Amino acid sequence: MKRVKTLLLVATLVMSMIVCAACSSDSGKSSNSSSGSTGSTNSANTSTGVIKVGVVNNPPSESGYREANVKDMEAVFSKANGYELKTAYSQKNDDQLQAAQGFITEGVDYLLISAAETTGWDDVLKKAKEAGVKVFLFDRMLNVDSSLYEAAVASDMAKEGETAVNWLLSQNLSVYNVIHIQGAMGSDAQIGRTGALDEQFASGKMNKVVQQTATWDEAEAKKIVESVINSKADFNVIYAENDGMAKGAVAALDENGITHGVDGKVIVMGFDCNRWALRELLAGKWNYDGQCSPFQAQIISDIIQGKRTVTDKVIYNAEKGFDAKSLTQSDIDNYGLGD
Amino acid sequence: MKKSFKNIFSNGLGQLTIPIIAIIILVVFNLIRDPSFFSIEITQNNEGNNVLSGNLISIINGASELAILAMGMTLVTAACGGQDISVGAAAAIAGSGFVKILKSGDTISGGKVILAFLFACIVAMLFGAFNGTLVAVFKIQPMIATLILYTCGRSIAYWINGGATPTFSSSIVNAIGGFIPGIPIPTPVLIVIAVGIIFKLVFHFTSLELLTQSVGINGSAARLNGINATFIKLLSFIILGLCVAVAGSIGVSRLGLINHETLLLDIEMDTILAVAIGGNNLGGGKFKVGGSIIGAYVIQTLTITLYAMKVSSTDVKAYKAIVIILLVVIGSPVVKAKFGKLMSKFRAGKGNACVKGAE
Amino acid sequence: MDGKELLTMRHIKKEFPGVLALNNVDFTLRKGEIHALMGENGAGKSTLIKILTGVYQMDDGEVTIEGSKVSIHSPQDAQNSGISTVYQEITLCPNLTVAENMYIGREDSAWIRRKEYERRADEILSRLQIPARSTQQLGRCSLAIQQMVAIARAVDMKCKVLILDEPTSSLDDKEVNMLFKLMRDLKAQGVGIIFVTHFLEQVYQVSDRITVLRNGELVGEYLTEELPQVQLVSKMIGKDLDELSSLKENSDTEEEPGEVFYEASALSSTQTLPFNFKIHKGEVNGFTGLLGSGRSESVRAVFGADKVTGGIVTIKGQPAKITRPIDAMRHGIGYLAEDRKRDGIIAELSVRENIILALQVMNGFFKPISRSESEAFADEYIKVLQIKTASRETPVGSLSGGNQQKVILARWLLTHPDYLILDEPTRGIDVGTKLEIQKLVLKLAEEGVSITFISSEVEEMLRTCSRLIVMRDRHIVGELKGQDLNQAQVMKTIAGEIKVKSPDQLQAMKSIAGGKA
Repeated sequence: MKRVKTLLLVATLVMSMIVCAACSSDSGKSSNSSSGSTGSTNSANTSTGVIKVGVVNNPPSESGYREANVKDMEAVFSKANGYELKTAYSQKNDDQLQAAQGFITEGVDYLLISAAETTGWDDVLKKAKEAGVKVFLFDRMLNVDSSLYEAAVASDMAKEGETAVNWLLSQNLSVYNVIHIQGAMGSDAQIGRTGALDEQFASGKMNKVVQQTATWDEAEAKKIVESVINSKADFNVIYAENDGMAKGAVAALDENGITHGVDGKVIVMGFDCNRWALRELLAGKWNYDGQCSPFQAQIISDIIQGKRTVTDKVIYNAEKGFDAKSLTQSDIDNYGLGD
Repeated sequence: MKKSFKNIFSNGLGQLTIPIIAIIILVVFNLIRDPSFFSIEITQNNEGNNVLSGNLISIINGASELAILAMGMTLVTAACGGQDISVGAAAAIAGSGFVKILKSGDTISGGKVILAFLFACIVAMLFGAFNGTLVAVFKIQPMIATLILYTCGRSIAYWINGGATPTFSSSIVNAIGGFIPGIPIPTPVLIVIAVGIIFKLVFHFTSLELLTQSVGINGSAARLNGINATFIKLLSFIILGLCVAVAGSIGVSRLGLINHETLLLDIEMDTILAVAIGGNNLGGGKFKVGGSIIGAYVIQTLTITLYAMKVSSTDVKAYKAIVIILLVVIGSPVVKAKFGKLMSKFRAGKGNACVKGAE
Repeated sequence: MDGKELLTMRHIKKEFPGVLALNNVDFTLRKGEIHALMGENGAGKSTLIKILTGVYQMDDGEVTIEGSKVSIHSPQDAQNSGISTVYQEITLCPNLTVAENMYIGREDSAWIRRKEYERRADEILSRLQIPARSTQQLGRCSLAIQQMVAIARAVDMKCKVLILDEPTSSLDDKEVNMLFKLMRDLKAQGVGIIFVTHFLEQVYQVSDRITVLRNGELVGEYLTEELPQVQLVSKMIGKDLDELSSLKENSDTEEEPGEVFYEASALSSTQTLPFNFKIHKGEVNGFTGLLGSGRSESVRAVFGADKVTGGIVTIKGQPAKITRPIDAMRHGIGYLAEDRKRDGIIAELSVRENIILALQVMNGFFKPISRSESEAFADEYIKVLQIKTASRETPVGSLSGGNQQKVILARWLLTHPDYLILDEPTRGIDVGTKLEIQKLVLKLAEEGVSITFISSEVEEMLRTCSRLIVMRDRHIVGELKGQDLNQAQVMKTIAGEIKVKSPDQLQAMKSIAGGKA
């Protein structure tokens, strides 16, 4: 009996450790790097011509987009390319501010920021300027004077929505009956991807069969489409604000024997360009996938190395949209996220 | 006729009265709103199978994961007098484990699906045992004990597949989440029935029901009657772990995709509500698994009804809350007592004969 | 003595599903009297009290206080009408202090500071000579003290009608006498006291008038001095007490002890000192001693109910290891716990489920007793023990105390034990059932079952036991059998070497030895 109890105790402790480690995985990453940053400065490296870059970003677990974004940064600012990269990932603005502060005292040459919140950054950026650290913003803009940074490579979610809706209009359907499945209400992606479509609903060019949020939940998206099918309402477009929800919607179509894709009755549109989603496109089961590009690192690297000159401080990354008819395998390899 | 009606109210259905009345009201409401609401059609799906479709199928199918979790949650509630709030997170872990095995290697064979499911079961049971140990051995309140896994379960799930939302396609897995060729009923519904039968068999071939109730009602007396309360509590969590594995695997199989952030999101609250609507005492003790299953269908019927009424899904939660508050209040001891008094007055007026005997 | 009518209840009727608990019952309480409410379990005493205190609502009838009609819908109403109650089961909050328990939920105390009510509590505690401090946590006090705090609370509410529902069942005799003194004081102040008890002697010690109920109906109201004890009992159970005396003769026939069934040497638990103990096959022995002497703790150690810390146990000559209840059960030992509500019944489960519980546990997890089998078991024991219940599926919690006790007895009998430990099986139950249980004990012993019987009423033990183990201050101080089995000897052994006794202590010992001596 006693042995069993001891065993249980040990097992529980081990489990607790796993669990606790997992709990702190997000914050752990940022604290690791910031503790590294408070360490002694490696000034020796500067003389060897290595460019020191500090990246403050959201954690890769935030989304597939962020994961691709983080990977892209790590790939571009690699040792092979002559960089020394330091990273700090957190979804908390305060943690990010601290990490940025740490990078400055550590003496990085460039500071790259994708902030959790748009405010509160003035002091840190001013200190960076005083210390001679050049600042780039990527993905997200900040509420600061533009003199405080070299350039911003920003995502334009509204543009992304526009691109998608323009593609839809170019299909020249006689009637547009749209099921609109939204992401988590209030998120940047949702606002951007909803805006352009709402204009079409307002102008009467497209009919809103249903507009519901599934809060990025695939299963919820399936339920929404199912209820439309059960109500016998007519529809020929599914506009889902990410790939997962599009997949959920398609599952509902499949179960009810409704054809979709290139030769089907219903046009399926998704966002994010996950590789698996692009493969659906390639197979002709979906029609369109839009992307807010997570690849800003190359542009920044080009500016740092003088290959590109800054004319306009805010650079909008080109937003992509893929049509099933014109998609190629190399597009999937180059632009697809995940696996 | 009238007498039997009264009997149903006073004792016939007992704790199932409220959930059954709730589901009847929902059905009648929908039939008035749209007489064809519950019509079932046979359509051919894109895989060429003839399958049933319609709102009724959506309800029964969509509630599958909830019903399975509610069964397990009923046991935990009865034995421990508290609830496991980590079922959603644990299901994400189990689902991730399921996918991890499926994605190892190139093809997905039947054997691999079974292996993946067994792996999911083992993982979920381990985490169930972890929760159970905290509750049964270390006497931590269930909600607090499971809060740990609730908080970080999805992070663990994130680890398992390296943060991606991996997808897979396999006709076998499709059959689990959708339809088995030749059978028009959604497979998840069949799984619910199977799990229900397994529960029934467990209750029939073991003394789990009696022992669980004894532990939940009076732990001290149970101990003096030789019951190992720690074991019973631990067991309830392990059984819930199995339910979690089944629910997680179904959830993943439905779409051929695992999103650790959204898989069975917020299901723990619906699960606890299903148990409560089923007339089970959330403080432990006597229970009816059947009540919890009906509770799950009540919640799902409500959701589908609201969707059908084109209520914005952001508002759905608020409407659901209102209806659930009503149900829980009606089922509360205070209202029950008032209702009972009303009935006994009614009966006294009729002057029915009564049995003499002990107090 | 013959005061004004203080409280009248007329034509009270109360029905529960399937049971008519009270039918056309009248009850009158006069100013400054102690009125005993008597009846077997299930006679309707508790129901009547609960109607008076607003716990139940009567279906029909009328209640007046000092001539004006009152309607009592809640305990608060009762309190406002000047009715205070001390229940059989302690209804205070064990995690609050004594003072908090005395003032919680009282309108007149909402604005009193903590220090103030602690002072007032201490004052009344010392006036009633209750050995407790106002700042003590109630749960840490003994059951007896908790009971007295409940009484103190009622007294402090300056009630007109004080209901004492089995107040003495967990008090030792010194405390009982203290309570009686207090009751007489209150009576002198004009308070009407309703006294519900199973101790006949106590009724004759303090009460002025007796009302007897049987099966939910009024039998009659009598002046205590005009109703001899034997008649009272026969009115309560509807038959004569001859059977009681025949029992006595039964126990006089001494038999040679059989083989030793259970033997422990230096057995100890977290609650006991090491002690030696053995019991023969078919023997009935008893543990006796004052409250807190360790009699219950000893048998709990035998059963493995408390954590066993040492000792060697043999059963039928074979070494046995008993550390948990299930070990004891597997060796054929059953244990009916002292606190029926806390350690005995599973209140919300049915009579049937309660009866099969121990057998089921012994059968093991994978061998459930089938429904039909369990129904047969339940029906059998409901019949054999004459358990009064609406059906076998009735929740056991809704049965009267005596019938609950029978259900637990049935539970252990069903396991066909070789050795049955009965700790206070007759506490708080009616005379008729007490008698039945005593007869059952002797019958089982005849069949070869070893039995340890513990009761606060020594007379009961003298009737049933062939050997008495006397405990004092957690030590076994004597073992009585044969010629020595009489009240005088028991009293002497309990008292032990302490020669000089205060009158209080002498009185206490006299009544624990049976009162009638």
